[in-house]
Amino acid sequence: MDTISLLFILMLSIFVGFELIRKIPATLHTPLMSGANAISGITVIGALALAGGKGGDYVTTLGVLSVFLATINVVGGYVVTDRMLAMFKKR
Amino acid sequence: MLDSTLLINATYVVSAMLFILGLKLLGHPASARKGNLLSSLAMLLAIVVTLLDNSIISFEWILMAVGAGSVVGLLLARLVVMTKMPELVSLLNGVGGLASLLLAWSTIVASSDFGVFERAVIFFALLIGGITFSGSVVAWAKLSERIVGRPIVFSGQAYANISLLIGVAVAGYLFSTQVEPDLIWLVITLALVMGVMVVLPIGGADMPVVISLLNSYSGLAACAAGIAIGNNLLIVAGALVGASGIILTSIMCKAMNRSLSNVLFSGFQSVTKSEISIEGEVSPLSAEDAFYVLEAAQSVMVVPGYGMAVAQAQHAMKELQDLLESNGAEVVYAIHPVAGRMPGHMNVLLAEADVSYDVLLEMDEVNPRVEGFDVAIVIGANDVVNPAARDMKGSPIYGMPVINADLAKNVFVLKRGMSSGFAGVDNPLFFKDNCRMIFGDAKESINTMIRQFAD
Repeated sequence: MDTISLLFILMLSIFVGFELIRKIPATLHTPLMSGANAISGITVIGALALAGGKGGDYVTTLGVLSVFLATINVVGGYVVTDRMLAMFKKR
Repeated sequence: MLDSTLLINATYVVSAMLFILGLKLLGHPASARKGNLLSSLAMLLAIVVTLLDNSIISFEWILMAVGAGSVVGLLLARLVVMTKMPELVSLLNGVGGLASLLLAWSTIVASSDFGVFERAVIFFALLIGGITFSGSVVAWAKLSERIVGRPIVFSGQAYANISLLIGVAVAGYLFSTQVEPDLIWLVITLALVMGVMVVLPIGGADMPVVISLLNSYSGLAACAAGIAIGNNLLIVAGALVGASGIILTSIMCKAMNRSLSNVLFSGFQSVTKSEISIEGEVSPLSAEDAFYVLEAAQSVMVVPGYGMAVAQAQHAMKELQDLLESNGAEVVYAIHPVAGRMPGHMNVLLAEADVSYDVLLEMDEVNPRVEGFDVAIVIGANDVVNPAARDMKGSPIYGMPVINADLAKNVFVLKRGMSSGFAGVDNPLFFKDNCRMIFGDAKESINTMIRQFAD
């Protein structure tokens, strides 16, 4: 894909992010961070092709390590966020 | 085969939409859990559809990596206690940064026909990923007290940092313009050193800013990796995380009335000792006597700080809250944005103790009505209730917005001893006529009050 459209997507996402997150109340800032942590594990989808492709041992090793670490982020992030949010209750 | 590419990209669009919707639902405590679920669904969808990619020919290693990662992630998330949440979040930040670094590394090894722009983007992915990783490890070590929390400075640090910056710039130029496989080691080393150098001089009280900033970096690293491999979803998700971290960083800085550069570089300045000395005598009070005041109180405001987390006093506080409420008093919690070691730290601890989130008030909500409270109970907080920030020009924290606990009719400060807070500033609140110090472990003191209610 050409660079300009990638930069367009980048710019629009940043604006959407700002608008969305500005409205999140202080009460939820910790779950927001751990949830964001989980989302940043999205690198896993980039690493999958490298981990399972035919790029040779060097590439595969790095890709597999990346998949492993990003999965920790995804699973750990979502589960701990859910654990915290389950505690937020109103009488 | 065109079809699978189309399917993958179409699903990415759906995933991006679900990520955004998930974040939107995270805007209210009642819908937040659903938002998180939606976001995790988006992730699952993206991962599953990516496996259809034609260039993936073997799945054994992928399955093993995903399996092992899931187990580690699950264990971390299940076993962590809520008071250790700042440590876990900074650890996960670091893991995310390292994953992006490895992705960028693997990308540049896999193909050599990258142009200058692509190589420059990969350089940034390596750099940000490396800084995030080593910076987060240092932050984690500081938070878990494996290394000292105070700013670590040495002579010539400024020069070392300047040469480091020059080194990074040169390495970036070389990496972008030359195809030389060994340069990657230089880039990664410099990035790792830089992460350490950035976080070392930052003190424990400024940790909320650092964690937010590293959170933002972990997103930006994913974003840069996304531009490098031309993956839209990486860019969208990374940018969302980056934006979230930047907003939290700016909220934290505002709550301390400091600029980001002041937080990042203040370790280098020599500490200016305040000329003003605060004179007076503190009046101690026993927890037993505090009970009589609390029994008569109609409204009570609780101001928690990091000390509450250390003393694990949140459950006892909730018990006292129930007793006060059944005694007819109104109880609210006033939460300063930088109370604790990460944004929202206190809210999570109190939620764990089953405190309803509608009695957790933000500083701006509570300050206009502080005068109306019969009692303000300050648990393990110091700087965030320091009136010097309001009316003592020349105090190091002058200008920082604080919770005006001193304006309540009575103030009880639960404190271990008379050491000053993290900012190393004397607190004139302790010497005020309406303030009583209840010395000792906060949990013990509260339990004593609870026992008095039972009698």
